[in-house]
Amino acid sequence: MSELLKVKNLHKEFGKNVVLKDINLSVEKGEVVVIIGPSGCGKSTFLRCLNGLEEIQGGVITVDGLPVESGKKEITKLRQKIGMVFQSYELFPHLSVIDNLILAPTKVQKRKKEEVIREATELLDRVGLLDKKDYFPRQLSGGQKQRVAIVRALLMHPEILLFDEVTAALDPEMVHEVLETMLKLAKSGSTMLIVTHEMSFAEAVADRILFFDNGEIVEEAEDVKGFFKEPKTERAKKFLRTFEYDSALYI
Amino acid sequence: MQDLGIDVLFKGTNFLRLLQGLWVSVEISLISVVISILLGLLVGILMTFKNPVLRAVLKVYLEIVRIMPQMVLLFIVYFGTTRVFGWDLSAETSAIFVFCFWGTAEMGDLVRGSIKSISKIQFESSFALGMNKIQTYRYVILPQTIRRLIPLSINLITRMIKTTSLVMMIGIVEVLKVAQQIIEANRKASPNAAFGVFAVVFLLYFLVCWPISRLSVYLEKRWAL
Repeated sequence: MSELLKVKNLHKEFGKNVVLKDINLSVEKGEVVVIIGPSGCGKSTFLRCLNGLEEIQGGVITVDGLPVESGKKEITKLRQKIGMVFQSYELFPHLSVIDNLILAPTKVQKRKKEEVIREATELLDRVGLLDKKDYFPRQLSGGQKQRVAIVRALLMHPEILLFDEVTAALDPEMVHEVLETMLKLAKSGSTMLIVTHEMSFAEAVADRILFFDNGEIVEEAEDVKGFFKEPKTERAKKFLRTFEYDSALYI
Repeated sequence: MQDLGIDVLFKGTNFLRLLQGLWVSVEISLISVVISILLGLLVGILMTFKNPVLRAVLKVYLEIVRIMPQMVLLFIVYFGTTRVFGWDLSAETSAIFVFCFWGTAEMGDLVRGSIKSISKIQFESSFALGMNKIQTYRYVILPQTIRRLIPLSINLITRMIKTTSLVMMIGIVEVLKVAQQIIEANRKASPNAAFGVFAVVFLLYFLVCWPISRLSVYLEKRWAL
């Protein structure tokens, strides 16, 4: 397998507040890495650093051997290799679904419109939204918007996909449809980095788990089942217990 | 009740002259509005940049426009600069210049406000798709900005049209000036002309501004986000 993403000694701070300390990570092609951890632990910031939405104060990030440096001109080239889907499904509200989808492929990658439309239609069909092709974002539910956002990222043919808590803002009954879409992607061999609070989904989809706390990778587990059964570190144990407590409380 | 004094308008070419005056007003405001919108978009974008020098300059510019009465600006440009700099500005050019100077600043501020009201994630989503700054503004931010701008700028545009009544102070014969001339010329024959003629002027301004406000309502509905 070949290494697609490499992070070395990443350091990120907002003013005096250190958010990420000395993060090291290497992700291979086709791997699905799930990042979990308490709110404010830096996991979303970490994803944002990976495609240069945040400036970093130290360390090196490379995608396909090319350095990610925010503010540089080359970053737009690099971002085409990195798809990202955000928590608050940000489709462009003034464009219809299909126009949202074809905007970047036609304007940035200068691909032929007909070809992109054909591909977009195919992908929409696959996520069950073909009939919504000419709808505007305001006419869609949260789950539908989020699936369109995923398709929009896919159409750029990224080599790696970043998902930043994509189900966190959704109503519970919409969560499932989005997770299912992501699971299918994972099975089709996409390289993915996923930040999520959905533990059972994490367990199902991950090849590897990263547990973040306080801006550090506290635990890294390739044995995903084992991690959820019996994490090695005390902090991860404590974190997972909060979820058990939740479910115990409501049953 | 005495007569309303509208009859003067039907004497000779009076009504036609009034319409010609209206056209002068409309022409000045139309040219100024178009230029102000275009320059305002640019200035508004610049206003959102973080460069401190640029910010300071634009802030001073906006404050000058806000503080200075338009009439004083007209006087400075038409009576003042033509002497000091010795250039040959017609009254119309001076008026258009002042209206653009004013309109660009206020339009810029509206544009700035509209851009600021667009969520940061719209920019980020666009960047994340590999778009550069120019593409992001052109395809994502500006189309949304313009939609948000419409109700705001209608207010400015109608204000600009109404304010063209000031340009008679630098000798331009626009609708209000024509109205005055007609009233003066017929003071003896129909002393009530002031009511009738100005009422018609009011109606004419209304007829110019009303379609604009209807258009804005229509566009707002059509482009609802």
